[in-house]
Amino acid sequence: MKSTEEVFEILKGRFGDAVSNLVTGQPVESYFSVSPTEIKNVCLFLRDTDELLFDNLMVLSGVDDDNGERKTAEDGTFTSVGGTLSVFYHLESTSLKQKVTLKVSVPRETPDLESVAEVWRGADWHEREAYDLIGFNFLNHPDLRRILMPYDWEAGHPLRKDYKNPEFYQGMKVPY
Amino acid sequence: MGLLDKQLNDGNIVVTKVEDLLNWARLNSVWQVGFGLACCAIEMMATSASHYDFDRFGVIPRPSPRQSDVIIISGTVTLKMALRVKRLYEQMPDPKYVISMGSCSNCGGPYWEHGYHVLKGVDRVIPVDVYVPGCPPRPEALLEGLLKLQEKIRNESIVKKSA
Repeated sequence: MKSTEEVFEILKGRFGDAVSNLVTGQPVESYFSVSPTEIKNVCLFLRDTDELLFDNLMVLSGVDDDNGERKTAEDGTFTSVGGTLSVFYHLESTSLKQKVTLKVSVPRETPDLESVAEVWRGADWHEREAYDLIGFNFLNHPDLRRILMPYDWEAGHPLRKDYKNPEFYQGMKVPY
Repeated sequence: MGLLDKQLNDGNIVVTKVEDLLNWARLNSVWQVGFGLACCAIEMMATSASHYDFDRFGVIPRPSPRQSDVIIISGTVTLKMALRVKRLYEQMPDPKYVISMGSCSNCGGPYWEHGYHVLKGVDRVIPVDVYVPGCPPRPEALLEGLLKLQEKIRNESIVKKSA
């Protein structure tokens, strides 16, 4: 059973600067960051290496870090500029009974990162959801469409902090 | 009470008005669309099951809106679903009725403020006859909603347009 620190050291030796920022001692799980372009290779390595065998992606979720600059308009609404959006990957090895958490941060203006849908098939819909609600662009995803909101939703990605709901959708009034 | 309290002049003859006869027939066989949306649908199914027995009021779930008289909107109507609800309603033949079941379909319920995806009341897309409050309403409440609807149908007129 490998701890997050041990997994981090193994990846550090293999991928160098593509993995960084180990965070430990939190009330939540320890985690470390992976570069958006290397995440797929890191995940393949985590899945296929004999001492790691992370065969299960428990959950993949998106976060708006809300660390950009807020530009407030006159009506009190604001637009976020700069800062990052993050994807968290919670991996589990069913055979070795170990878990690890990865984080990938991407700039808000260009939220591109590699898809891991080819590594774990279950990531397909999780990534579609993260795309739908936060707006990540998963590169090389097999079918990156909205999954929860209507396909013709044009108001953006609802779980972004600066999201503004539209007045109308298909002729229906949206606000209360 | 509709037909039953009318004078029986002969053993086999019932004297009544055509209107009363039609309304009596209609209100005792309101077939519902077999359609559920969220947790309210679980209560609706419980109402249909043996303990509460919706069928004793003539409510039978039908697999097609074309064979149905009432649609029970049992749950949160999302904006995506609202278009489908509207289409289902339009596929039903007249006369048709709508029971809005639970807070969500009445007015958005707990999603009224931050529910970016929720229609704040199904009456924004289809006309509602009876609103049943609750979150979710107990089967008894849904049964009372149906009784209210039956009362409404009983007082309908084929000549006078109802509001």
